[in-house]
Parts: sequence; C-alpha cells; structure tokens
Amino acid sequence: MKKFKKFGILLLVIMFAVTMVVGCGGQKAADDSDKQTAEKFKVGFIYIGTPGDAGWTFAHDQGRKYLEEQIPEVETVALESVPEGADSERSIEQLAQEGCNVIIANSFGYGDAMLEVAKKYPDIVFLHCSGLSTADNVSTFFGRIYQARYLSGMVAGAMTKNNNIGYAAAYPIPEVIRGINAFTLGVQAVNPDATVKVVWSNTWVDPTLEKQAAQSLINAGCDVLAQHADTPAVQQAAEEAGIYSVGYNSDMRSFAPNANLTGPVWNWGPYYVRAIKGAMDGTWKSESYWGGLEDGIVDLAPISDKVPADIVAKVEAKKNEMIAKTWDVFTGPIYDQDGTLKVQEGQQMTDDEKLSLDWFVKGVEGSPKS
Amino acid sequence: MDNVIAALLTAAIVAGTPILFAALGELLTEKSGILNLGVEGMMLVGAVVGFIFTIQTGNHWYGFSAAMISGGLTALIHAFISVTLKGNQVVCGLALTIFGTGTSGFLGKAYQGLPTADPVSKIAIPYLNDIPVIGKIFFNHDPLVYIAFILAIIFWLILYRTKWGLSIRAVGENPAAADAVGISVSRVRYFCTIVGGMMAGLGGAYLSLVYAPSWQENMTAGRGWIAVALVIFALWNPIWAIAGSYLFGAVEAMTFGLQIAGIKVSAFFLQMLPYLFTVIVLVVVTIKMRQDAGAPNALGTAYDREER
Repeated sequence: MKKFKKFGILLLVIMFAVTMVVGCGGQKAADDSDKQTAEKFKVGFIYIGTPGDAGWTFAHDQGRKYLEEQIPEVETVALESVPEGADSERSIEQLAQEGCNVIIANSFGYGDAMLEVAKKYPDIVFLHCSGLSTADNVSTFFGRIYQARYLSGMVAGAMTKNNNIGYAAAYPIPEVIRGINAFTLGVQAVNPDATVKVVWSNTWVDPTLEKQAAQSLINAGCDVLAQHADTPAVQQAAEEAGIYSVGYNSDMRSFAPNANLTGPVWNWGPYYVRAIKGAMDGTWKSESYWGGLEDGIVDLAPISDKVPADIVAKVEAKKNEMIAKTWDVFTGPIYDQDGTLKVQEGQQMTDDEKLSLDWFVKGVEGSPKS
Repeated sequence: MDNVIAALLTAAIVAGTPILFAALGELLTEKSGILNLGVEGMMLVGAVVGFIFTIQTGNHWYGFSAAMISGGLTALIHAFISVTLKGNQVVCGLALTIFGTGTSGFLGKAYQGLPTADPVSKIAIPYLNDIPVIGKIFFNHDPLVYIAFILAIIFWLILYRTKWGLSIRAVGENPAAADAVGISVSRVRYFCTIVGGMMAGLGGAYLSLVYAPSWQENMTAGRGWIAVALVIFALWNPIWAIAGSYLFGAVEAMTFGLQIAGIKVSAFFLQMLPYLFTVIVLVVVTIKMRQDAGAPNALGTAYDREER
C-alpha cells in the first residue's frame, strides 16, 4: 500500500510536470494555490462535533452542503469531532498539507492552533468561527445570534405560567453570557416578573449531562427551558416533563413536537459562499465578520402554533426593527444583577462591550462564572 | 427544601442505575476470578447497538435484548483471551475499552442525533407510589430502575445462597480446589464473563434509550470506569453495590442541584467529585482491609491445570 502511494505521488508529479510544460506557454504564471494537483478549489472544515448532532455542527454542515451546491468548482473535506487544543493544530495542519485553499474551523477553542498553522501557510485562507483574533490570512466570523435569542426570549416570557424560566448553558464565556442576557432582556420585555435560572454544564456536546442540567431546572420549578448547548437533550427533557422549551442551532421540533416553541437558528451557507468566492477571485480580505438577522446568518425557527398570535406579531415587529437597524438588543436602560445601571437610557452597547460581556443582566438567577 | 432533596434523590437513583447494571456484571465476572477492565467499551457497544435496534424495530425491548447480546459477545472476546489463551487480563480489558469506543463510534455514525423510536415510559408502582416523599423517590421510575434493583438482590441470592454461587466463588478463590471437586473452571469463567458483558451492555443501553434517549459518540463518559471502582467500593457485595451506585448517582445529580440552590461551588469541582470518591474509596479500602476486602483470591490470574 505504501509503495503504491509513493508510486501514485510520483505519477502525479510527472503528470503535473508535463502539464506545466505544456500549459505554461503564454499563460500567466500560476500562483501558489494553483500548485494543487486537483483542479477543484478545496475547502477544509474542522468540526467540534459531528453533523449528526442535530445542532451546532449540523448547522455548519448544512452550510458546507449549500456551498458545494452554489459553487460547483468547490470540493470540501470535513474532519469531525476534533478536540480543541493541541490536537486541533495537528488536524488543521493536516488539512493544510492536503492542499486545502481555505480552512474553516467551527469552534472558539481552535483559535490559537489556527493562528499557529496560519503563520506557516500564508497562502491559505483561514476562517475561524466565533474567534477573537485575526491575522493577515485569518478572518473571524460569527452571527448576532443574540438578536434571535432576544426574540426567542419574548416567546418564552409570554408562555411561562409561573414566571420561572430555566436556561441550560455550556461554558461561562462572553458568547454564552451575551446569549443569556439577550434572552433575558427578551423575556422581561414581555413579562417583567419572569426570571431566568442558569446552570452550567461545562460541555458543548454531552447529552447525558445536558439532560441532567435540564432535569435539575425542571425540579426547581421551571416551566420553560432554553439552552445553549449542542444536542437536543434539553428539548427531550422538556417534552418528557410536559413543559415548553426553546431550542438552539437548528429547528429542533422533531425532538420535542409538543414542547418546542421556537429557537434561534444558524444559517451559515450564504457567508461561506461569499467568503469562498472572495478567496477564489482574490478579493478576500481579513475581517472580523459579525452579521445579524439582516444577512440571514441568524434567524428564528418557525414559531409553534401554541404561541398566541399577538405575541407572534410583537416578535415579528421587533425582528423587523433589528433588520432595519433602527433598534438593537443591548439598548439602555440595562441593569445588572445587583441593580446597577450599566447602559444609560437611549445608549447602545458597543460591539467590543458585547464581545467581552462577563456580567448578567437583571432577571438572571445564577453566577456568570462556573 | 424537602422537595429539592426529594428531587435530588430521585435523580440520584436514575443516574445510578446504568452504573449499577454495569457494576453488577463486573462484580459477577470478578467473583469468578476474571478482571475485565473493558466495561466502558462494552457499555458503549451496548448503547449503540441497543439504540440502532430500537430505531430499526421500533421496540425498545428488542433494543435492550440486542444490547445485552452485543455486550455478551464483546465480553466473549475477553473470556477467550483470558480463559482459553490465558492472556494478560489487564491488557485485554484495556484493549476492549478502546475497541468498544472505536466500534461504537463507527457503528453509530449514521444514528447520531436521531430521536429514539420508542421512548421508555415511567411506571408508578400502585400503593407504594402513594407513600409521601418516599413513594415519589423510589416507586415512580422507568421499569429498568426496578429491574436493576431486583437483579442486585438476585445476584446476591445466587452468589451467597445457591450451589451455583458457591461454585462461582470457589473458582474465584481457589480454582485448583474447585477443579478438584469437579467444577469446570473455564465453563464458570466463560459464563460469568459473558453475563458480565451482557449487564454492561444493558447499562449502556439504559443511557442511550432511557436516560438521554439518543446516541452520541462516547456518551458513557467514564461511567464504565466508575462501575469498575464501584465493585471495589461495594467490597464485591451486590447489596452494597446498590447503595454505592445511588451514592455515585447522587454526586452526579448534585452538580446541578447545588448550582440551582445558589450554593457557589465551582461546577468543575463538583464534576470531579465522583472520580475523587473513587480514588478515596480505593485508597481507604486498600489500606484498611488489605486481606479481608472481599476480593477473590485468584482475581486476575489465569488458571492452568498443568501448573497446580
């Protein structure tokens, strides 16, 4: 097998050399990325979970399929369940050596590894989802999912009967805290008496632990559950307990047909297509992209018909305000858990402030540290 | 506050049940003198096979049966290597864990993130269920919780009150003597190892069919190892295994219980507790009861007729 592989590589090199000799006459000098033997434009994906998680990675994989459909010249390859940290560096490097022109990683914890590999491969474009730092060939991209979370919070706030809402959250990092705050602001916009209880599971993908987290919230009397975790375990727990739930990542109605009310969902496809097109025609520039409802990168899953029409209308109205950019979620007055005024009336939080949130707004019960 | 504690104990029993199944199986295996460290792997195989069969047949009882058979078959590998080939049991058990982790991930690929086809519903035991507090904690569960509890008692009766049990214990304590009185050492060891694997498979299926009804790669998350430690914690006694598994379950359930009660303990610390418990139990038991801990004397050693 190994011999065959060597032979195959030799053959490829010869073929490549021949085409170079034949093809070079009169043509522009090929740039580095064209040296790949495959004529297709190769895009590699690093996934934190598997596309079967029905959540986070599933949504990214839908985007990958959309990309392949939209740009036929693109060929994709995906590595699944890659642990964050040192191991991810090896995986990213592997994709780079396999000749990927663009590498996309879908979890926060890949950041350092990605920057390391990016230094060694200046001709490859790296896209890091939910990341913080960019470089000449590294972009970060994310969506303002908090906008959709605010809308789902309005639905939850309207549907709770005992004003006790539970929120099973993954890790106490700004992304998750921002989501909890947006959700709670949405809850309180329609129901100022309702509170949101938060528990941390300290995992992105562990259905057993997430179920336990949900169970403990149900035991504490919550009658609507929301989640920031990658599997539908929380939805299942709500369905079993006969209460309502708000999903995340993708439309989770199939897991909890009676419980699921709606949920904030991701739609990565259009961003991928835009970024890859840019990389293909050379117009790509490093950026930190943070699109919202107006770009369609985030949205709200279909709202259950159990939700009264006037609430649905209110949600639609807020959604349109955000699309038109006449209003945003983090507009003052906003108080923290202790009642201190954090954002003055009429003022808006800056993006930097939103990205570094480490405190809870009024109405959240729990600690913003694990 | 009563309600909170009752809810915690209820959750503890459910969380302890998969560990109890696996621990009972390992206990029986060890009683016959075979150490099988592949519990984690066998649980994962059981979890994925049980899930696949439930999806395909639409009936969770087929799923549980298939999980037990697959766990038993995985354990058969261990029995063959450690009894027939007289191989190193520790190495083989560890290999089985890695094998099970890989195999289950491979088999379950297409089944990740699907809802189960046949959810297991709770059965409240009539009359007993009406007892205040206690009824809710103990007598309002899915059938597997009762089965695990009853099995533990049956295991104890078999091991300590029947001739079969005497044979199993004899093989674990002194295989040469057992052989001399006409007990087939390899037959007993094969039987106990396979039944142990079946129980581990059932424990795994409890996770994927009842506890969090879905399949997720590596979903046992170390529970197989807790089961191995639990056997030592229970001093090889099935009745103690019940208490131990519910205790470990309580620690697991407490992680979220304390967070909700507003007691500020780091979640990481709480999630470490079951493992810390395991270590403490191991240390205390080894120091205090070195000789009399109930470990079968011939545990982990192959029996060779020629060498007695």
